[in-house]
Parts: sequence; C-alpha cells; structure tokens
Amino acid sequence: MSTLLETRDLVKTYGTGEAATRVLRGLSLRLEAGEMAALLGPSGAGKSTLLTILGTLMKPTSGQYEMLGQDMIAADDRALTEFRNAHIGFVFQFHNLLPDFTALENVIFPAAVRAGRETPAARKRGRVLLERMGLAERIDFPTANLSGGQKQRVAVARALMNAPDLVLADEPTGNLDRASAMQVMDLIGEINREEGTTFLISTHDEKIAARCRRQVGVRDGIVTEEPHLA
Amino acid sequence: MRYALKIAIRYLTANTAQTALLVTGVAVGVFIFIFMSALIGGLAEFILSRTVGDLSHITIEAEDRDPAVLIDAPGHVLAAIERGNTRTATLADAETWLPLIEGVPGVRAVSPQITGAGFLTRGAQVAQVSVTGVVPGRESAILDLQGYIVEGTALTGSGLIVLGRDLADDLALSLGQTVRLQSSGGITALLTLSGVFETGNGAMDGARAFVSLSVARTLFAMPQGVTRIEIKLDDLNAADATAQRIRALTGLDAVPWTDGAEQLMEALNAQAQTGYVLKTFALITIVIGVASALMLSTFRRRPEIGIMRAMGAGRGFVVFVFVTQGALIGLLGGITGAALGYLALLPFPSREAFEPGTLPMDITQGSYGLAIALTVIGAILASILPARAASRVDPVTAIGQ
Ligand SMILES: Nc1ncnc2c1ncn2[C@@H]1O[C@H](COP(=O)(O)OP(=O)(O)OP(=O)(O)O)[C@@H](O)[C@H]1O
Ligand SMILES: [Mg+2]
Repeated sequence: MSTLLETRDLVKTYGTGEAATRVLRGLSLRLEAGEMAALLGPSGAGKSTLLTILGTLMKPTSGQYEMLGQDMIAADDRALTEFRNAHIGFVFQFHNLLPDFTALENVIFPAAVRAGRETPAARKRGRVLLERMGLAERIDFPTANLSGGQKQRVAVARALMNAPDLVLADEPTGNLDRASAMQVMDLIGEINREEGTTFLISTHDEKIAARCRRQVGVRDGIVTEEPHLA
Repeated sequence: MRYALKIAIRYLTANTAQTALLVTGVAVGVFIFIFMSALIGGLAEFILSRTVGDLSHITIEAEDRDPAVLIDAPGHVLAAIERGNTRTATLADAETWLPLIEGVPGVRAVSPQITGAGFLTRGAQVAQVSVTGVVPGRESAILDLQGYIVEGTALTGSGLIVLGRDLADDLALSLGQTVRLQSSGGITALLTLSGVFETGNGAMDGARAFVSLSVARTLFAMPQGVTRIEIKLDDLNAADATAQRIRALTGLDAVPWTDGAEQLMEALNAQAQTGYVLKTFALITIVIGVASALMLSTFRRRPEIGIMRAMGAGRGFVVFVFVTQGALIGLLGGITGAALGYLALLPFPSREAFEPGTLPMDITQGSYGLAIALTVIGAILASILPARAASRVDPVTAIGQ
C-alpha cells in the first residue's frame, strides 16, 4: 500500500494572545491509500479542525502536510481549489447540499464546476451514483424535500463524483437515526472496498467506528491511539 | 462560464418574489431615466421649434463694408465715412455659390432672398412693410409659409404678393385685390394679393410681405445677386459646424442661428444639466438597490458558497455567479423599465403635434438603449462588491461544522 497523505507536527492555534486556543499540538498522522479510518475523540478534541486542514480548507499554524507527494502547505488558493476538486470529497454533518438544486445537480456539481458546464457524461455518472445510494426515485428531487438520511446519501454520492482519492466525512451520520446511519456506513464501506477510495470519518459513535478497519484517536491535540489495520 | 450562468439564474429564480421586487425597483429607476430623457429632450425640441423652427439655421447676409475711420496717433478721429442709407452691398455671385451650399451635407434647403423695406398703399391707407423676395416654389423652405396660409396660397409669382393677416386687415385688402408697393428706392409695383398668412407673431403678421425674387429685383433695382441666403438644416444643432464648413467652402460670412442666441442656449443647457442630475440619481438608486440586495443574498448564501468552494469552485467562479446575477437583474430591469417607459410615452402627442397644455414628451428621445446599457453597467458595478465579499467567504466558518 502506498501512502496517501502524511502530516508531521501539525499545530493549530485559534485566536491570538489571551484568547488563543491551541487545538492541535504537534499532530502526526499517516493514511495509506485505500484505508477506511474512523476519527475518534471527545468533543472539542480537534477532529473537525484536523479534517478541515486535511481537506485543505484551512492551513495549520505550523507543521507539514503532504498528499499524493505534494506539499499542501506551500500551495496557493488556486492550486488547492483545483486539488480539492480532483482529489478530495467532503461529507459534512450539516449544510451539505445546495438547497435550490436537485439531487442530481448537487451530485454533479464537482464535475460541472471543473468542466464549466454539466456534461452528459457527468449526468450519467451522477445517476449511477444516486442509484447506488438507493436514491433512484429521488434523482430529480429538489434537495430541500429530502429526508436527513437521503440528504447524507446525496452528499456521499457528490463526494464520490470526481472519483477522489480521499473522502473526509465529519460526523456524516451525526443527525441520522441508527438505521439511516448504518445504511450510509454500508454504502461507504462498499465504495471503499470496491473502488479503493480512502475514507476518514470522524464520529462519536463506537458502532460507527467499529465499521471502520482502523481507528484513530485524537486527544489533547495529538493522535493517542492508532490500532493496527484490521 | 455557462455553469456559473446557470447557478446565477437558479439563484434568481429560487426566490421569485424577491427577484421580481428587485427587478421592479430597477425598472422604476430606468422608467424615471427614460421619462426624464423624453421630457428634457422633448422640452428642448419644443422650445427650439417654437423659437428657432421658423428661423433660418444659417444666414449669409450681404454686409456693407464697415465705414473706414481715419485715426491719428494720439487717438483723434480725423475722418469717418458714414454708412449710407441705401443698400449697396449684394451677394453678387450668389448663383455660383448656391449649388455648392446645397451640396453641403446636412443642408436641407437653401433660399436666396432679396430683402428690403417699402410702403403699401391702398386708397388712403398706407402701411410700412418689410419685403422678402423669394424664389417661387421655395416660399416655405425656411419659414413654413404654406403652413401659416389662411387664405389663398403661399405661391409667389409675377404681379403677386402674400401678406400677413393683420396687414391685409389694416389695408382692408381681400384676396384678388390689388395694392401698390413702393420700395425704399422709390420704385413702385402694382401687385395682387394672392395669399394671406397668420403666424400668431404680431411683427410677422403686421409687417411682412412676400413677393417673388423677380418682383423684388425690380423693386430694389437689383438685376443680379441677392441680399441674403437662408439655409435650413436637417439638424439645427449642427448649425455651428455646418456654418463653419460653408464659410470655408465659399468664403461667405455664414452665421449660425446660435450666434446671438446665447441666452436660449444657456437656458437649454441648464435644463439639460438638470436632466443629467436627475438621471444620475436614478442610476445611483439602481446601483445602491442592486448592491444592497446582492449583499444580502451573499450573506444569506454563505453556507452554500462555502460548500461550493469546498467542492472546488474557485474565487473567480463565485465572483462570476454574483456579477452575473447583477447583470441579469440590470438587463431584466432595464428592458422592463424601457418597455414601460415606451408604453407610458405612447399616449403623448408626437413632436409634430404638440398640444398646448400637455407635456412636450418626445418618445423618440427616451434613450432606451442608453438607459438599458447604463443600467446593466451600473448593476454589474453594483455587484462587484458583493461578489468580492462572496468570493472571500471562508468555507470553514461558512459551513460551520
Ligand atoms: N474558529 C474557531 N475559533 C476559535 N476556536 C475554535 C474555532 N473552531 C474551533 N475552535 C475550538 O477548537 C477546539 C476544537 O474544535 P473542533 O471543532 O475541531 O473539535 P471537534 O473534535 O470536532 O469537536 P466535536 O466533536 O464537538 O465536533 C474547540 O475547543 C473549539 O472551541
Ligand atoms: Mg467537530
């Protein structure tokens, strides 16, 4: 297995002076391509902070981060935007979808924004992904009318649209009931096995974490436990 | 950026009520702009046609040479030659100049004339008269004489005279009757009244007579040449430039109507300035309206902007989405406002048929294209600030895990 990404001594401090909060305190982490890892830790441990940095949406205060052999710290906004589009998919807990667009339009956004238009090929892949997520009936549905579980499945489909190397999911099942949560996790597991997409999923839920082959613990701003690959 | 355009349109159609309100606001601004353009333009046209319409736009007049004055070194006048009473100056080679002048672009009509003073006598009645000899058939070239005719015809000819209403009444003269005209040079002609005009202008109706050029030649003993050439232009605003051209071409002293009309021009200018100020305010209102609406939209859509940025939408893409919204609002509002403005102006009488008591709106001067273009440009400028704000949304805080 090849290394997908590696961070060394990540430090993230929010605010300055008196109000400064040191969230990450020298965090080092390595993810191999094809892994499916859970990110665990108490609330406020810095899970979301780490995912945001790994997703190149925010830069750490200090430390190194390389993905696919590229330096993610030195890259500028334009380069990172293109990199995200091609290599990273996101699933957030809230505010995931564009409310004025249909499920299919949401799913193909990453491809359309790259091509400058919605291509027939993108529409085709979008349909396949939505069908795979069990949403064949909801393809042209306005996302505002979808249930929470359906929305998260649309978000997973969208995260997969550009066939990324890495999908970062921040409590993707946080506000779903158990059945819906397990359905989403099943789908993620399936994609991981079949397409080799790497997943890093933050969660408070031991049962969700148990579905992953690796568990990464974050406490006091560093990785505390890193069980061996299952 | 077809895709950015699609998103912009979707954002506008997602909230139809708000977009409709915004477009209406812009349309009202454009409507005011067009209404002001039509009013100011129509008013200027109206004033000009009332004051200048019947005047010659460019006049070439035979000038007596200025009397020579002999002045010695300390400034004493040694000798002066006074201007004579009788006319001596003529535009002797008018015939050669006429085709040249007629060929100047923008010249609609040229009327060579012989003018002079005289007395009309009929029985015991005597009236002073200012006589204009015109080329038969060109009586209405400058002043719309035929349009003012109330009896008979404007057509001049040998032995015929056309008089103003008041003058004909003073002399108790009716159509077909004869009157004696004696020129200031003492030459007399017996003429038949063939037409009576009424302009509403007392000086015209009470003291002007029109005869044919050949009658005038006899009366004023001018076998060749003319005393005056009047020129009508397609566009009276081109008088200055055209006069300069004619001067360069012929060496004659062509004087545009604007010479000596400074007060009128100043008044019209002030009126136009007022129009510009009002139109500028209309545009500023549009810009502020669009900017604030888009600013609000930027704020409301922060999470979505964050998502789009996370999914790989660049700053430029976000800017384009919001600027396009501004441009579309400007275009829609501009076209709507222009259409409404046009419809609102339709009931007003045309330029030719201004009725007293109504606003002299000129539907052809609504500057519709300009209004739409300025609105679109204004709306685009207005959207730049919100668009920049949108492109700088931090995805992390916007998505706000
Ligand atoms: N923008 C910010 N400014 C200041 N402090 C912040 C900011 N974002 C996060 N923090 C702080 O950083 C710490 C880590 O936050 P983070 O969201 O990464 O934790 P988390 O592990 O995701 O927690 P949770 O499980 O509750 O989602 C918290 O104490 C939080 O208050
Ligand atoms: Mg979190």
